Amino acid sequence: MARNEAKKRIRSFLSKYLRDKDFEDDRDLFSSGLLNSLFAMELVLFVEEDFGIVVENEDLDLTNFCSLDAISCFIERKKGEPSIVETKDDA
Amino acid sequence: MNTEIVGVIGAGVIGGGVAQNLAQTGHQVVVVDLTEEILRCAETKIRHNVRLQRMLKKHEEEMDADAVLGRIRFTTEYALLREVDFVIENVVEKWEVKEQVYTRIDSLCPRDCVFASNTSAISITRIASLTNRAPQVIGIHFMNPVPLKNTAEVIRGQHTSLETIERTRALLERMKKKVILVNDSPGFVSNRVLMLTINEAILVVQDKVAGAEDVDLLFKSCFGHAMGPLETADLIGLDTILLTLEALCESWGEEKFGPAPLLREMVAAGLLGQKSGEGFYPY
Repeated sequence: MARNEAKKRIRSFLSKYLRDKDFEDDRDLFSSGLLNSLFAMELVLFVEEDFGIVVENEDLDLTNFCSLDAISCFIERKKGEPSIVETKDDA
Repeated sequence: MNTEIVGVIGAGVIGGGVAQNLAQTGHQVVVVDLTEEILRCAETKIRHNVRLQRMLKKHEEEMDADAVLGRIRFTTEYALLREVDFVIENVVEKWEVKEQVYTRIDSLCPRDCVFASNTSAISITRIASLTNRAPQVIGIHFMNPVPLKNTAEVIRGQHTSLETIERTRALLERMKKKVILVNDSPGFVSNRVLMLTINEAILVVQDKVAGAEDVDLLFKSCFGHAMGPLETADLIGLDTILLTLEALCESWGEEKFGPAPLLREMVAAGLLGQKSGEGFYPY
């Protein structure tokens, strides 16, 4: 499943930086204090490099990068894949 | 006075921040450093920072990275400073280096160009003595991260003219910064007090009185500081802290500002704080 595969890759990237590696897919990484908001740019660069996406100015919104669910939905949207795979809220 | 073209010498953490802040507030900027590699690195950092600011919606300045970078010229050629109205120097905190830079730019830059030294601890009057334009030499102590800080400590040297102070104030106001004007003295106000605190906090950790997190927590919880001294040290860069303490030692003596052995050890080990990925905390 594309979205699950994306989530796996993002989780593996984040695990390198997080002490608490056991977080839920919909957990807000920033407001929960797991990540400092200054880390947001690292996430953007990771998504650009690892998924071959160009994050445009209008995409530079923290809500696109605040949780595993949000990031994977954003990637799908940018790649033109419909977000219909799961029923969970897309944050 | 039109000071729209600003030369920025030194493209490290602070110099890059100054260039970004200037470009975001509509100035044309010439950034000079020694190698193309340093310049490329600064360019990338500025791009990332502008994008990050856009994401965090921190303030109202220009948020398009291409537009911001379009106003900055990165170069290894000092000759491009021939046409600037204002220079902000951010080179390493070593007297020999400052000496070379000021001698060089004094003969290059227009007569009415102001030289602002973004030094952490070296006397502005002493820097001014390297030039033939002492009334136009002033200190601006920017805080890190420059684009996000709304205040700068401005240092009046012995010979700094009122006109230079006003030109500096006008430039900083355009950069959306308030000015706190102080008189010249090694370390000025902020670093003379801050460096003592950071150095002592490092000694506390070295003596195992408390761990870094608890030291910082005490300052945050008890005194309402936004960051503790060791987090601040990591943000500034431990190498810069060491150089600043060494510069302060020259003026105030070892007894007061002698760097903590643990600080020397961490710098030697490459644990420089945020910029190297690890200092008192991992990043």
